[in-house]
Amino acid sequence: MKVNEKDVAYVADLANLELSEEERARMLRDLNSILQYIEHLNELNTDKVSPMAQVSDRHGVDESKQDGEHFAYAAREDVRNGLRESLSHDEALKNAPEADGTFFVVPKVIER
Amino acid sequence: MAAGAEITNFTIDSVRRAIAERQTTASALAQDFYTRIRQEDPEIGAFLTLSEERAFAQAARIDQMAAAGAPLPPLAGVPVAIKDVMVTRGVRTTAGSKILENFVPPYDCTAVVRLEAAGAVVLGKLNCDEFAMGSSTENSAYHPVHNPRDKSRVPGGSSGGSAAAVAAGMAVATLGSDTGGSIRQPASFCGVVGLKPTYGRVSRYGLIAFASSLDHIGPFAKTVKEAALVLRTIAGRDPMDSTSADVPVPDYVAELEKPVQGLKVGVAREYFGDGLDPEVRAAVEAAIQKLAELGCEVVPVSLPHTEYAIPAYYIVATAEASSNLARYDGVRYGFRAPKSRTLSEMYRRTRDGGFGIEVKRRIMLGTYALSAGYYDAYYLKAQKVRTLLTRDFDEAFKKVDVIAAPTCPTPAFRLGEKVNDPLAMYLADIYTVTANLAGVPGISLPCGENHEKLPIGLQLFGRHFDEATLLRVAHSYERTA
Repeated sequence: MKVNEKDVAYVADLANLELSEEERARMLRDLNSILQYIEHLNELNTDKVSPMAQVSDRHGVDESKQDGEHFAYAAREDVRNGLRESLSHDEALKNAPEADGTFFVVPKVIER
Repeated sequence: MAAGAEITNFTIDSVRRAIAERQTTASALAQDFYTRIRQEDPEIGAFLTLSEERAFAQAARIDQMAAAGAPLPPLAGVPVAIKDVMVTRGVRTTAGSKILENFVPPYDCTAVVRLEAAGAVVLGKLNCDEFAMGSSTENSAYHPVHNPRDKSRVPGGSSGGSAAAVAAGMAVATLGSDTGGSIRQPASFCGVVGLKPTYGRVSRYGLIAFASSLDHIGPFAKTVKEAALVLRTIAGRDPMDSTSADVPVPDYVAELEKPVQGLKVGVAREYFGDGLDPEVRAAVEAAIQKLAELGCEVVPVSLPHTEYAIPAYYIVATAEASSNLARYDGVRYGFRAPKSRTLSEMYRRTRDGGFGIEVKRRIMLGTYALSAGYYDAYYLKAQKVRTLLTRDFDEAFKKVDVIAAPTCPTPAFRLGEKVNDPLAMYLADIYTVTANLAGVPGISLPCGENHEKLPIGLQLFGRHFDEATLLRVAHSYERTA
């Protein structure tokens, strides 16, 4: 067993999940079974292999260089040609579960 | 025109021609498709939302153009539908999740904008696994999708609605997303064509993020040519997605007719190992034999790290998902759990109530893999294995132009069959995840049926940004079938 009940509680806390008793038991079982399968990766020696974060790492260009052939990270056309129009205040608040017309409203932030 | 059997025979070209020659109108056609959806979809469950207002407004624009005798755009009046992970302005977009049940986006996904600019009529939004996490569409928070070819079976996933809508003739073409096989696997299960382009080929702007370095948008259609037409429409650099590539988009349809003689088709034994259903193996081997008869040279290649793809994928994908899904906090949009006393309680209760079990499982796995003390052992390790998997393709593509493989180890499984065994469900993606990790394009097209008349899919991989060759080989195979 790689993961115990304490780990499940700790990770749930990091992920802002509460999880019911039943869900915690299920997570314990499933995470252990999946992690056991993932252990296969340790059969490979990767000491001299560099990590790959995304495909564009390979096709892209140095972030410091502009107008690269494939991926132009730094070339934000929207910014270069002037800022694009942003959402109106009303539109931005429209999907909010609670808003006061100016701000998103949330429960008390400071806990006592 | 009645909504009968003939509606299912429409292609992109025949729709455009029928409208241009004034045999029908885009509005009448949209009406026919909605009638068909109302007849067929209660037993299939492909649609989550119908966007009739938007569809008829677009159809009216096309009809005005046709009435004025103006040249019609390439997808004029073509009824399409969109997986519900792509945002549509003013049309509810749920990602198959309760947490976005009432979310009405204020902007449009680039791929949808481009389809509409080319004349397509968006009929509605398609069911999928919650946040595209799943291989059967049973993780939809709304309802499952039934495979039109056998309603006791899954359509595959996560783009199950997109595949089923095309298979059942409820749309001529659809868009799906593919993070680990979510276009190709359901295409295979439903007997249609599904294409995952190269990473960066199609803008992800407006695609609700699951795993940003693995997510792709691509088309479903009945034929390779139609998939090529849709790809040409949605592909190309978009300033709104910094990972979209500034690589010229060829005329994929014109390229289809070029000869395939002399092209080298790689076959990797790693894709024909234990666990491959014998009938799937026989159908795929017969398809490869057909390619040889068409003049392609079949060349053995090796992709030696393939067996490590699933474990690497489930670390990378869940790590990225745990970060991407942190935004669902009940503040700016989506569901909020009522009556919380503090902000942190509100976050936890909102996420607990809004997410389904598979989404929670992946957030937990990803958070664990990124947490202090485990980052090197899991996330960094998986990223290194990703490099090895990508090098496998690089080496193979020095020798061959495309690689042929099965799309899935089995035909469509039964609803409920794997729902309680996450690992068994993950293994349904065993032949598809590598293309996401390496970013190479992949297509699934039908290559026969098993003894129960369930479709089998042939998968082809191509070089980065060489969808043209991939589509050409697929098209020439399709013509022999």
